[in-house]
Amino acid sequence: MDPGVSTASPDRAEPAVELRGIEVGFRLADATDYCAVRDVDLVIAPGEFVAIVGPTGCGKSTLLNAIAGLVSVRGAVQIFGTPLAGLNRRAGYLFQQDALMPWKTALANVAVALEPAGVRGAKAREQAQSWLQRVGLGNFGDRYPHQLSGGQRKRVALAQTLIRDPEILLMDEPFGPLDAQTRALMGDLLLSLWSADRKAVLFVTHDLDEAISLADRVVVMSAGPAARIIAEHRIDLPRPRISADIRHEPRFHTLQRAIWADLRDEVMRAYASGQAGAAA
Amino acid sequence: MSSRGALLLMQIAIAAAIILVWYVGSSVPIGGTYFLPKFFFSTPADVLARITKMFSSVSIWRHIYITLSETALAFFIGSGLGIVVGFWFARRATVAAMLDPYVKAANALPRVVLAPIFMLWFGLGIWSKVALGVTLVFFVVFFNVYQGVKEVSPVVLANARMLGMNDRQLMRHVYWPAALSWMFSSLHTAVGFALVGAVVGEYLGSAAGLGYLIQEAEGVFDVAGVFAGMIVLAIVVLVVDWLVTLVENRLLAWRPRATERF
Repeated sequence: MDPGVSTASPDRAEPAVELRGIEVGFRLADATDYCAVRDVDLVIAPGEFVAIVGPTGCGKSTLLNAIAGLVSVRGAVQIFGTPLAGLNRRAGYLFQQDALMPWKTALANVAVALEPAGVRGAKAREQAQSWLQRVGLGNFGDRYPHQLSGGQRKRVALAQTLIRDPEILLMDEPFGPLDAQTRALMGDLLLSLWSADRKAVLFVTHDLDEAISLADRVVVMSAGPAARIIAEHRIDLPRPRISADIRHEPRFHTLQRAIWADLRDEVMRAYASGQAGAAA
Repeated sequence: MSSRGALLLMQIAIAAAIILVWYVGSSVPIGGTYFLPKFFFSTPADVLARITKMFSSVSIWRHIYITLSETALAFFIGSGLGIVVGFWFARRATVAAMLDPYVKAANALPRVVLAPIFMLWFGLGIWSKVALGVTLVFFVVFFNVYQGVKEVSPVVLANARMLGMNDRQLMRHVYWPAALSWMFSSLHTAVGFALVGAVVGEYLGSAAGLGYLIQEAEGVFDVAGVFAGMIVLAIVVLVVDWLVTLVENRLLAWRPRATERF
């Protein structure tokens, strides 16, 4: 219940991501302008796991794309203290949809992520194999994406993103298309990989339980258009967390009720204005 | 018996029925007349004898060889041009917009009318046939590559860019495989068109090839020769198609099985 103060204290290192007065607009097909997000301030410390929740179509993904440098924005985007120009080279992005190259095997998909860093051939394949093992797909290297299940494809995508060792991890409802059990397992896998070398994570989801069980901090966005941040909640549940167990803790339910109180009105508002069906 | 065996039996039965009707119509007078007069339809035995005779000489192999090399040349040159121009158009929207009406007009033109011009330009040898085949293959491959490059999944592309790929790496790992996959999906059509170009070109004027054999037989009302030529051509097409399927399965191993082909 603490609409938190999130500014990084001055004695700490530069924040991984710092957004000040961000505004993102689009020109729609009918030539009208649509403002997706407005006046967003957000600071993510190095190693911090932040989840963004909000009604469908509220511009959560837009905010993520702004940090990735995939869309142009008004306002200041600073990455480790440097203004962002072009694509964000220090961030890895895990997409909601299938983003693997369908013409490459799982191993080749992971290995190719090293090519921009100049690592190729046997060395790249060796590292890729070890990453496939880490996500539990050591024996699936020669499968093509269509031969893998949705959860397996997500794990390959996770290995592909993490093998580059990005300092910031952007995740856009990455486990959205998966069933509930697979989703919980993927969350646990993500946390165990993350705890090994804590990267700054921005995790967009519409699933409040998922947000609480993963994050250090949950940020609530209002309904679009011109969505903004309306509340922040610090998640003080102890780590390491196992999602199946933590969901039964009393503290989990207290947090869930508090965040839902903020979120409910926005969800209703989004639903009433027809935004619920609109694309993010 | 397996359903596969039963199917094969049915397929053979159909061929037998056609040959039987053909045989009866052309060799057994019914009420004093032949349904399928020999002069127009020949007889199965005559055609079989002609095919046997064809293959007992060496020249038939030369004709097949010429037709196939024309087909191969037309396929590779047409595909090469189609890929290059397809990429160019897809990556340069202004070029595509500027040349669009001309591409449409050229594609709408029935290619057979070009055959005499190609003969004038390239002579009666294989190159006029290759040129005709190229004009057919080019458009099939061009449209597919253009489509393939333009319709690369935006998510796959954004992901590759977020992985840090530069333009050259994007080309190699994203655009090129996407374009090729579209091209291979039209492989049967493209190879078929290359063969059509070769045979039609030969038919309209040449001194060798399967199209020439058929045309020559037609010129002297040698119906057995025409049918024999057609059957040999059909067998060649089936073999080529089978080879294309093998190549396709190898190259598109990454695709789900149920892809349609046309």
